[in-house]
Amino acid sequence: MSTPESPARDHHRSSGDATPPPADDGFRAKAREFLARHAPGPMEGLDAAEQLRIAKRFQAAAYDAGLIGITWPAEYGGQGLTAAEQQAYDEEAAHHDLPTGVFMVGMGMCGPTLLDLGTHEQKARYVPPLLRGDEIWCQLFSEPGAGSDVASLQTRAVRDGDEWVVNGQKVWTSGAQFADFGALLARTDPDVPKHRGITMFIVDMHSPGVTVRPLRDMTGRAPFNEVYFDDVRLPADAVIGEVGGGWLAALTMLGHERVSIGGSVRRGSDPLAFDNLVDLARRRDRADDPVVRDRLAELYAHERALALFNTKLRQEAEAGASPGARGSIAKLAGAELLWRAVDTAGLIAGPALTSWEEGDAAAEEMAVAINGTPASSIAGGSNQVQRNIIGERLLGLPKEPQVDRDVPFRELKVGTQRTP
Amino acid sequence: MQLVLDQEQQELRSAVRGLLAEHAPPQRVRELAEADGHDARLWRRLSAELGVTGLVVPEEHGGAGAGHVERAVVLEELGRALAPVPFLASAVLATDVLLALDDTAAQAELLPAMVSGELVAAVAWDQESVPSATRRDGAWVVDGRARRVVSGDIADVVLVQATTGQGTAWFRVRGEHVARTPLRTLDPTRRLVDLDFAAAPAEPLSTSDPDAVRARVRDLAAVALSAEQLGGMARVLEMTAEYAKVRVQFGRAIGSFQGVKHRLADMCCALEQAEAAVRYAAWAADAAAEELPLAAALVQVLVAPATFQAAADTVQLHGGIGYTWEHDAHLYYKRAKTSELLLGTPDQNRARLADLLQV
Repeated sequence: MSTPESPARDHHRSSGDATPPPADDGFRAKAREFLARHAPGPMEGLDAAEQLRIAKRFQAAAYDAGLIGITWPAEYGGQGLTAAEQQAYDEEAAHHDLPTGVFMVGMGMCGPTLLDLGTHEQKARYVPPLLRGDEIWCQLFSEPGAGSDVASLQTRAVRDGDEWVVNGQKVWTSGAQFADFGALLARTDPDVPKHRGITMFIVDMHSPGVTVRPLRDMTGRAPFNEVYFDDVRLPADAVIGEVGGGWLAALTMLGHERVSIGGSVRRGSDPLAFDNLVDLARRRDRADDPVVRDRLAELYAHERALALFNTKLRQEAEAGASPGARGSIAKLAGAELLWRAVDTAGLIAGPALTSWEEGDAAAEEMAVAINGTPASSIAGGSNQVQRNIIGERLLGLPKEPQVDRDVPFRELKVGTQRTP
Repeated sequence: MQLVLDQEQQELRSAVRGLLAEHAPPQRVRELAEADGHDARLWRRLSAELGVTGLVVPEEHGGAGAGHVERAVVLEELGRALAPVPFLASAVLATDVLLALDDTAAQAELLPAMVSGELVAAVAWDQESVPSATRRDGAWVVDGRARRVVSGDIADVVLVQATTGQGTAWFRVRGEHVARTPLRTLDPTRRLVDLDFAAAPAEPLSTSDPDAVRARVRDLAAVALSAEQLGGMARVLEMTAEYAKVRVQFGRAIGSFQGVKHRLADMCCALEQAEAAVRYAAWAADAAAEELPLAAALVQVLVAPATFQAAADTVQLHGGIGYTWEHDAHLYYKRAKTSELLLGTPDQNRARLADLLQV
């Protein structure tokens, strides 16, 4: 669904997010032209399989046009360009409602982790099809008894000759129903403390013994899944990084995840974005109310500040400084921003936010956005976990006492209090 | 857009921070706050020795010909230290008024002395009561009261926008022609005085658009004050995080309790975003004049409340000790509240931002 450009939008986006160097004008023009030609139209009413086909077709076309994996190494299928080109593409892409969600876990988390920790063979095999959207990835971390405390996971991988045999259950796995591969954390040694006995694996999601069951979230949709592993056999070269080094690999991926979530461009169609709430206020004749204007201004300030912070992180990264734990700031601020936007939406729309006529797509989208807001404060590490990370790693505050740090996993009570 | 400081700007920061650590430690700030509130020696070091009072002034007028990004760095450091100098009055407000005017003669006469620190200028700023100017026997005189003039107690020259028969105009009035009424202030580290003009001889300053001068100066003042607030916020976060590491209660450092840790994390989150916004606004002041009004409104809306929240949390997280006169927390608390209101109330700032966004 596209909304007409408002004067306000032109005005406050005038600077874009960066001053692109002259060299990228050609790149930007190429991106703009590609998007104008290839961005798919609205997908409402299409079934999931059709939506997936459209998404894959778009991703492949964008990849072939040199617009995916812009900053990724050319050796593994990327374009080897700079953050300035990525930024130019992101800015152009923000004008469209692109079907890229299904590739986010691969692009934002699994791919970067493979680049950091994978072998040359793994990178050469998996990264190019990941970028082209030919193979979709998911992340298999959380379990029913291991959410914030991921390291207490109980899915086991046992060595059997040249192979590993996996048994257990994962949950909250976004996109597992579409995924071809997953990055799996499994316990490979229950006799050492919990952080030391974990290994990360590449799992072919089409392997025998992998069962994916959709799980409905509180919006009523089923964007994620439960995944069961019953005697799933993995080859020895499926290990990412070191055997027993899974916690380091997990931290690497979680770091990418926070930057990816926090730094992701908010879709222009997000009903809770400032521009769209301004439009809502106009449509509902509330734009002259001083209280509405007051809250909208405040919302804008926070939305813009987060965007500027993300730009600053990118500029620091270009200058060679890793964002480190500062990705947690973007993630936490993004979650808090949504709550502010939900409040503002309620202020603007009042009781009309509570009910609508069948078929009112805009109202449906707003309802999904409101009901989906808690996810931002939970997924990818809850706000509480992010605050601990900020406090401990950025401010150097003492850690929470960890009573299980040096206890062999086998002796721990975890999650649902079962012992493995 | 450049949001990260370069090598030279970082060196400027270190130089100013080093000077302030040596010459404006907290004990000195307190002594002056309880005395006359102004450190003339420190002012000379900043102006004559470091030359940071003229960062935005062109070289032809004795300045450094640098820019607002550099000035913002200096203001951050002054805000961290609560340095008792008339920088905001003279090197920000009055300098910006003079630079926004077309009056090359006044610029040539006043700016070099302001940059070198010999002359302190202030701006009659508050709009609650606006002085009036009349022409008498071929010369201009100003009458009326200007409220809450920053560093008006030590100003050698006062710049004032006064009403005339035909709209408003800018004037300069020499310090000896104003009567000063010192005010008790919420923030003991920032002196405010009422100035009374009674047929005070005034020299008109040349500009084709007095209100445009005011608007530009207001935007630049918002950027400058936000930078100062940012420095204060950084300092209180540092102070509180350090305390949370060493203060033990219930057998643990209090920083290990989530109730404390999470408040500090929120403060850090607010600070990092405020920093990005202030860098952007300072960049806009130098490089994107058309974006300056929006950028200035943005930092006003964002930074002032965040700074006050941080200062209030600092008192709270220090517990009883933070509520005492001996502790520095209250100085930052008082500065933060004063700065939040100095250029207009938070709701006015948000209304202005909404106007600029065409909401």
